[in-house]
Amino acid sequence: MSLDSPALAPNRGCRDTPVLKERGQREVFCGLTGIIWLHRKMQDAFFLVVGSRTCAHLLQSAAGVMIFAEPRFGTAILEEKDLAGLADANTELDREVARLLTRRPDIKQLFLVGSCPSEVIKLDLARAAERLSGLHAPHVRVYNYSGSGIETTFTQGEDACLAAMVPTLASTTAREVLIIGALPDVVEDQCLSLLAQLGIGPVRMLPARRAADLPAVGPQTVFALVQPFLGDTHAALIRRGARHLPAAFPFGEEGTTLWLWALAQEFGISRDHFDAVTAAPRARARKAVAAHAETLNGKSVFFFPDSQLEIPLARFLARECGMTPLEVGTPFLHAAITGPDLDLLPEGPVISEGQDVDRQLDRQHEARPDLTICGLGLANPLEAQGHTTKWAIELVFTPVHFYEQAGDLAALFSRPLRRKALLTAPIACSQISRGPGQSPGGQP
Amino acid sequence: MKLTLWTYEGPPHVGAMRVATGMTGLHYVLHAPQGDTYADLLFTMIERRNHRPPVTYTTFQARDLGADTANLFKDAARDAYTRFKPQAMIVGASCTAELIQDDPGGLAGALDLPCPVIPLDLPSYQRKENFGADETFHQLCRALARPMPRTEAITCNILGATALGFRHRDDVAEVTKLLGLMGITVNVAAPLGSTPADIARMGQAHFNVLLYPETGEGAARWLEKTCGQPYTKVVPLGVGATRDFLHEVASLTGLSPKVDESALRLPWWSASVDSTYLTGKRVFLFGDATHVIAAARIAATEIGFEVVGMGCYNREFARPMRAAAKAYGLEALITDDYLEVEDAIAAAAPELILGTQQERHIGKRLGIPCAVISSPVHVQDFPARYSPQMGFEGANVIFDTWIHPLVMGLEEHLLTMFREDFEFHSDAGPSHHGGKADLREVSDEAPLASVAGGALPPGFASPRDISEQIMAEATVSPSGEPVWLPAAERELKKIPFFVRGKAKRNTEGYAREKGVAEISVETLYEAKAHYAR
Ligand code: SF4
Ligand code: SF4
Repeated sequence: MSLDSPALAPNRGCRDTPVLKERGQREVFCGLTGIIWLHRKMQDAFFLVVGSRTCAHLLQSAAGVMIFAEPRFGTAILEEKDLAGLADANTELDREVARLLTRRPDIKQLFLVGSCPSEVIKLDLARAAERLSGLHAPHVRVYNYSGSGIETTFTQGEDACLAAMVPTLASTTAREVLIIGALPDVVEDQCLSLLAQLGIGPVRMLPARRAADLPAVGPQTVFALVQPFLGDTHAALIRRGARHLPAAFPFGEEGTTLWLWALAQEFGISRDHFDAVTAAPRARARKAVAAHAETLNGKSVFFFPDSQLEIPLARFLARECGMTPLEVGTPFLHAAITGPDLDLLPEGPVISEGQDVDRQLDRQHEARPDLTICGLGLANPLEAQGHTTKWAIELVFTPVHFYEQAGDLAALFSRPLRRKALLTAPIACSQISRGPGQSPGGQP
Repeated sequence: MKLTLWTYEGPPHVGAMRVATGMTGLHYVLHAPQGDTYADLLFTMIERRNHRPPVTYTTFQARDLGADTANLFKDAARDAYTRFKPQAMIVGASCTAELIQDDPGGLAGALDLPCPVIPLDLPSYQRKENFGADETFHQLCRALARPMPRTEAITCNILGATALGFRHRDDVAEVTKLLGLMGITVNVAAPLGSTPADIARMGQAHFNVLLYPETGEGAARWLEKTCGQPYTKVVPLGVGATRDFLHEVASLTGLSPKVDESALRLPWWSASVDSTYLTGKRVFLFGDATHVIAAARIAATEIGFEVVGMGCYNREFARPMRAAAKAYGLEALITDDYLEVEDAIAAAAPELILGTQQERHIGKRLGIPCAVISSPVHVQDFPARYSPQMGFEGANVIFDTWIHPLVMGLEEHLLTMFREDFEFHSDAGPSHHGGKADLREVSDEAPLASVAGGALPPGFASPRDISEQIMAEATVSPSGEPVWLPAAERELKKIPFFVRGKAKRNTEGYAREKGVAEISVETLYEAKAHYAR
């Protein structure tokens, strides 16, 4: 593959495809959900949602079976007296934070996370964060961002969180690379080792595992995103003078190579050296993907909007696995960030932004894709109707970036299809089910 | 404001969803932001439902606020009617919509939809999931049920089963069977499995069976008052309670309570010699009040366990809970803070926990076996097979389920005799459980001990660990606590894991009481004799 030649791109990509914009009922998590992976990534951080019982219930439902002895996230649940103004919400918050920090002396970063209720009652968490930072400095730094469902969907919560940290990062004039986006530790290590072998550095990560490792930023900083949903963080870094290196996202062999190559070019790494470092992992990735591409090749795929990973993943499935995307739905299309992926995604699919879930279900029904990528709320109802699905949330909770995970990424999509081929017993109606063949929201 | 890390109950609109999702022909229009759609997955994933909950969320966004959330609601309600053509609709607000005060009931009423529209008023900042389910079912009955002539034959309604309920599907089937043995037909079972049209004909039953007071009592009371239907107060959980229930039904109907009991096995299973090893095992119970109170009776009188702690998370039932606990000489634990439950369990050092999904996790952390008896439960507690909790078959299921996590009788003896055998050692765990035996799976959250330190009963460096971690540091004495001498420490390790926590606690308590600073092997056995019963 020649990396920098335009012949690489399909005749026409999807960058200029008109976008179907939908505004209706959405079936997507809110930004609070990001806490589930962010709190595992930042080991000395605590995420305190100021919200309602619904917010607490969302978090534990999304965390599912991951119930820890004492998780590093919680919800300060607003009660009647907070709303009626009988109790001063700020005093209450200060008390809860003080209590929490005494219990957890290991906490160095505290995120006050806004929710729909806290925003509707206009609780000023930014001011609260400043005040609390003053009270608990220098031991604990207090940040604030909103993960509310009226402002953010699902992965936008991570974006809001990182964007809130950027203004507080130290300034530097050093020429450094920042890698932006939470990666599982094993993947992060692989990424760092690839960059080290290429001779690219110094490299710093945001988010960092611990507060002490937080990077600095300045006019000599260049940054690469590992997640497509980091639009606000992208803007905040540019405001600090840093420069973005746009590239396709590091999913699959091709995406990883293009992503690394963008960095390599910036650092004047020779083509030969680049090939020498990446040849072996690229071959491994291709081999691993090929095993699953056999199942995926020639199959069609339909994306419901979920994590904003949809565009890069559709590109991976189309170009490395031989699938045909029919519709690629995404909650929010950030053309500047996903541009390189849109260029590579062959023309054809409907690109939709936002959602009107019932209408999208109608379209999906028409299209009868071989594989449907959707949220947990839709997956079983669609399976019961005979569709094959992959729940999107797993794509965010599983290590899928870079070469060594390319095969795992393909496997996430091929397994439902393989299972479909294996299961031969017809689905019977049980008491709990209404018969298949009914529209998922439908009533008899 | 109250810091919550995990909650036993969701918000009240999730209770309303449990009613709507259990029914057909009912649609719920919920004024809520997009994130609240997470609740769908409780039903589609955890309960494996093959249809979407019949809920339309308006999913308003920040830019709609102040502009036109009310119209958004009206459009959503109108579209939902057109698309789903339900027999009836319920409308309401989630916590956020409650704050913007759009009045879903009024808005939907103004639409003049061609079906009954029932407004729900569920105070999100005061009440919780069970209340939401109870109140929704109650409002459905108010709006749809009417007094009417009784059926000729004796019939009853079964009240309270919902979607996402712990074994509700099978309990309704089992109780229907049980009533059939007495010659009673079920008129309507609701909400689970019913339609609005069914609710409208509930008035023709002779009486009501209240299976789940948590989610059906409001409706039962209203039906008693309005339709003159008495309702049963005994919940048929366990052998004794099932027989009491049959007598109660007999007194309401004049039918005979004598039914064929040939399918009932629990009493003999408890009385057979193998079950001697169950006698006096210490159990801790936590969950919803109805299940815990019933389980305590089963544990104490039908299996022969010793109840060493019990409590519930639903404050609405604190009074009966306290009364029940008193009968076992206990103070009931009424809390929805699982850390308090965890501390209480660690302090009581039971040999078996009967609880919810959360107590299962607590048991895992403490190395104590656990069986699940109450909501909230996770995907593995929605079994494919028929496994009721109520009635005679329910009693059989309960025996099997509770006994399963324990080490079997003979095995327990062998472990005590050959505790040093390299492959049959006590840490191997019950032989009928697969996988690598390691019951003391401690969370990877690091600084637990330092976190919990202060507030604990003396002798517990950490409530989350009654054996191994402490063993490692057993010789370190926190301020004046008795110190374990190495030989005693080795001896303690020889004690099988399922009683080691208790042995350690008792020995330390004994040492403190006697003012012994160093625990030797002697002290260990003196303590054993002291506590012998
Ligand atoms: S996937 Fe969801 S429902 Fe299944 S075990 Fe995990 S958290 Fe539970
Ligand atoms: S959508 Fe809003 S109210 Fe609902 S869980 Fe998310 S932040 Fe909380």
